Amino acid sequence: MAEVAGSVIRVNGPVVQIRCNRNLKMLDMVEIGAERLIGEIVRLKENIAYIQVYEDTTSLKAGDPVYSDDLPLSLELGPGLIGNIFDGIQRPLEMIRQQEGDFISRGVHINALNREKRMHFIPLKKQGESVQPGDVIGEVPETSLIKHKILVPSYAPAGNLISIISEGDYTVEEVIAEIEGIDGTIFPLKMYQRWPVRKQRPYKQRIPVSEVLITGQRVIDTLFPVAKGGCVAVPGGFGTGKTVVQHQLAKWSDADVVVFVGCGERGNEMTDVLRNFTRLIDPRTGKLLLERTVFIANTSNMPVAAREASIYTGMTIAEYYRDMGYNVALMADSTSRWAEALRELAGRMEEIPLEEGFPSYLPARLAEFYERSGSVITLNDRTGSITIIASVSPPGGDFSEPVTSHTKRFIRCFWALDRDLAYSRHYPAISWIESYSEYVEELKSWWDKYTDGQWLEYRYTILDLLQQEQRLQQVVKLIGMDVLPNTQKLILETCSLFKNAFLQQSAFDDVDTFCSAQKQFLMFKAILIFHRVSNELVKIGVDISEIRESSVYQEIMRMKTQYPENQIDKLKQFVDSIEENLRGLEKK
Amino acid sequence: MNMYNLREYTGLEEIAGQLFVIRNIHNVGYNEVVEISEENGNVRIGTTLEVGEGYAIVQVLGGTSGLSLKNCRVRFKGEPLLFGASQDMLGRIFDGLGNPLDGLPKPVPEEMMNVNGMAMNPAARDYPENIIETGISTIDVMNTLVRGQKLPFFSGSGLPHDLIAAQIVRQARVEGEGFCIVFAGMGVKYDTARFFIRNFEESGALDNVVLFLSLADSPSLTRLMTPKFALTAAEFLAFRKNMQVLVILTDMSNYCEALRELSTMRGEIPARKGYPGYLYSDLAGIYERAGKIKDSKGSITQIPMLTMPNDDITHPVPDLTGYITEGQIVVDRELHARGIYPPISVLPSLSRLMKDNIGKGKTRDDHSELASQLFASYAKTRDIRAIASIIGEEELSSLDLVYLKFGENFENKFVNQSYNERRTLQQSLEIGWDVVSELPEEELVRISKDHIKQRYRKKNGDKNTSDENKSA
Repeated sequence: MAEVAGSVIRVNGPVVQIRCNRNLKMLDMVEIGAERLIGEIVRLKENIAYIQVYEDTTSLKAGDPVYSDDLPLSLELGPGLIGNIFDGIQRPLEMIRQQEGDFISRGVHINALNREKRMHFIPLKKQGESVQPGDVIGEVPETSLIKHKILVPSYAPAGNLISIISEGDYTVEEVIAEIEGIDGTIFPLKMYQRWPVRKQRPYKQRIPVSEVLITGQRVIDTLFPVAKGGCVAVPGGFGTGKTVVQHQLAKWSDADVVVFVGCGERGNEMTDVLRNFTRLIDPRTGKLLLERTVFIANTSNMPVAAREASIYTGMTIAEYYRDMGYNVALMADSTSRWAEALRELAGRMEEIPLEEGFPSYLPARLAEFYERSGSVITLNDRTGSITIIASVSPPGGDFSEPVTSHTKRFIRCFWALDRDLAYSRHYPAISWIESYSEYVEELKSWWDKYTDGQWLEYRYTILDLLQQEQRLQQVVKLIGMDVLPNTQKLILETCSLFKNAFLQQSAFDDVDTFCSAQKQFLMFKAILIFHRVSNELVKIGVDISEIRESSVYQEIMRMKTQYPENQIDKLKQFVDSIEENLRGLEKK
Repeated sequence: MNMYNLREYTGLEEIAGQLFVIRNIHNVGYNEVVEISEENGNVRIGTTLEVGEGYAIVQVLGGTSGLSLKNCRVRFKGEPLLFGASQDMLGRIFDGLGNPLDGLPKPVPEEMMNVNGMAMNPAARDYPENIIETGISTIDVMNTLVRGQKLPFFSGSGLPHDLIAAQIVRQARVEGEGFCIVFAGMGVKYDTARFFIRNFEESGALDNVVLFLSLADSPSLTRLMTPKFALTAAEFLAFRKNMQVLVILTDMSNYCEALRELSTMRGEIPARKGYPGYLYSDLAGIYERAGKIKDSKGSITQIPMLTMPNDDITHPVPDLTGYITEGQIVVDRELHARGIYPPISVLPSLSRLMKDNIGKGKTRDDHSELASQLFASYAKTRDIRAIASIIGEEELSSLDLVYLKFGENFENKFVNQSYNERRTLQQSLEIGWDVVSELPEEELVRISKDHIKQRYRKKNGDKNTSDENKSA
């Protein structure tokens, strides 16, 4: 067990100062007091160490002993992560509940991975084969979706496998293989490895992104797509639907593994996610969503220091699955709470504040975090990726505040949530004026495979119409609609149709909640055909109200719910018939 | 309690505001209770804000007026602040620190509970289900309140939020046994406190109410403790006694002011508008104590009230509150000025838990579509009004005029109801249909064809359909 490393000299909320009796290292883990509260060394000054404590510090006293075994705060990475829910420093919440009751008490020490549970190990290497760090020596069917690859840790030596256990059920603590290094040292391998929570996991090289992360959300996939390995920020004031967007993506995006970090958000939201994921079926695999998801929950009322760590915990777990060759999506809700935790801890350590009280290293920390996303060649020559989808909660919905503005520097895709849209219950309230995606050109060839090669052209057409509409609306506000020429009125009409029939998507409608790429494109096409043909009709004198009252218009309005995914053919027929139907108005 | 810790010290080093510093002490824990007794036997309570080698910074909950550096004895109790909770709290009135104000003795405690509470394990939470019918159309139909939810009122000074809260307390229908109310008044005016007490008396609810009052003139630190005591009482009633507890916290703006005052006094680095950087975490520590636990029948539903300074919804207090709570009900000055009661502005209002708890098998199958349509159409009305105010109504198209008519009906018939009127959800939904039928059928794009066929009131006075619906 850990040795005494010093004693407490000052307690100020989650920050504790200790006097060390030996040389301590930055970011090493310590345990404080009789209850052995977990903390991490965040600053050293002469013989004083500042510790950020991951638990409530009530009743800590000056003179309380501090223990350390000179190791950094580490995570356990191995089979058993998926489907589990952990707190910010990877303590299993369900186990804590069984042991401690409904409320989280302090000083709980429970291993992240269950030590009793036996897991089925299938060796993929033979005795005598040479292995490198990062190599896959076997796999464990973790869930029916995820084959958990057992990796040689990057801190292990390269060498020969001098033993490997045969296929069977083992606990994570059992030694499953041994490597003899070149220098003759024997390195035992278990099914899990330990990894420092703040340290980036190594890979061979970064590669450019090329594939769309299909989310099933029309406004995202069609207008502002994100690539697998990309990073996107979702800023929005309260009530604009950040969390619903996060939940929708966690549910429907086509990532292999989803790591969902609830960072300083509501407890009931975590319950909602858990409850949904234990019963919702992934439309692509037909399996429970839970079978591909890891949850990290550090709700707003849990200790603030652990909130700061939760983002790194989630990231490290995401990297671990990336290293097995999976496409991982990391949902962080919300990064503002994480930044605020940084601010709170910086304040307690009496650091000099900059804008809005945030510490000077806020941009550096944000950059570090976002740069851990990306598509990579792993040490074992597979490709894997991490997509970051981070929500940002700007105070007062003001996007010029430090967290949002700094975040914008490090992301390439921006889904701005708009309060006015949310007020009129236009969900997802993603603003088509303020949002952008820098991945569009890179993803063109991918989209072209699914569509008739016209996606980019269509996209620019509609964005142009939406821009025009915004300008026209300002004119209308001043002088009214009647004075506009009919072609301009039609632009307003088309945009209104596009917003209602296409952009708006109900997360709570069984059909509408997920929309495949094919369906999206057909719907997109329908509206553009409508605009093109109507434009011709209007020019020859057909009244816009006639067009609006036509059955085609009504049909387009309802196509999102009218045609479920298994009736794409019918939708296609309908789209093909739009032009002819509209031309019928000409004859009247 | 460890008797060894019960040592007394005399002599303070410094008193500043509601804090004092004491030196040459040992074995004092962070966030523990301190008793300060004066020579005349007067005892105050405090807690340690910071401890170090041989010193502690203590916040005095009763205020420091009359304390001198020499005249007091300080005793460290070695335990966090506790509240003796019991079933007998019901019907009683306490001050902000849990001492009786009604002249009766303290109830015999069944359990001593730490007022700071503990964080509920997210894995132990149960998702809020079962709506609370308040009898107010704008809430029941458009911003449904759910058992276990925290739904604040964002109001402004001079607006009737107290009246609405009192109406909810009187009308709320909760299925199941044991409904009770915990009321925490922080820095409220005497008249406000009186208003609520009288209201509870008149409706015969007082026996099911626990009141915690710290009036506007009590020390700011007492204000900070009031919600903690109230929520501790609520947790006891909900999770030990399986009751359905509705907690009303008023006014959270006063609470935040007190927090800012204390933070400034401690010389902490401010974040926005002088409020400390940890305001979010601190508020979360209060609001997150609402909820339900698996395998437990009780629940805590919170209705915090706050007055937005200058009616500014982006002010840090409503802003951070909105980020933690599950929605908000916004009380609107303009509607109030037009004599509409309750003046609830539906567009910025929101109930996040509504989506999962309405609809088929829960309320009525057309509920969510109707609510969504009302929101959308009313939002459009607002845009049209803005245009009309510039170009005049004469210039509007005929469809726009229909929208204006709809908007008026919506406000006068749907939003507007009397202080004593308790509408059932069915009644509210029907009024919603009456109002929305003002609009032509094609405009109702958020409602499915089936529901329109079933419930849309035809223009030509086709009474039959609407009568059928009422019986259905």
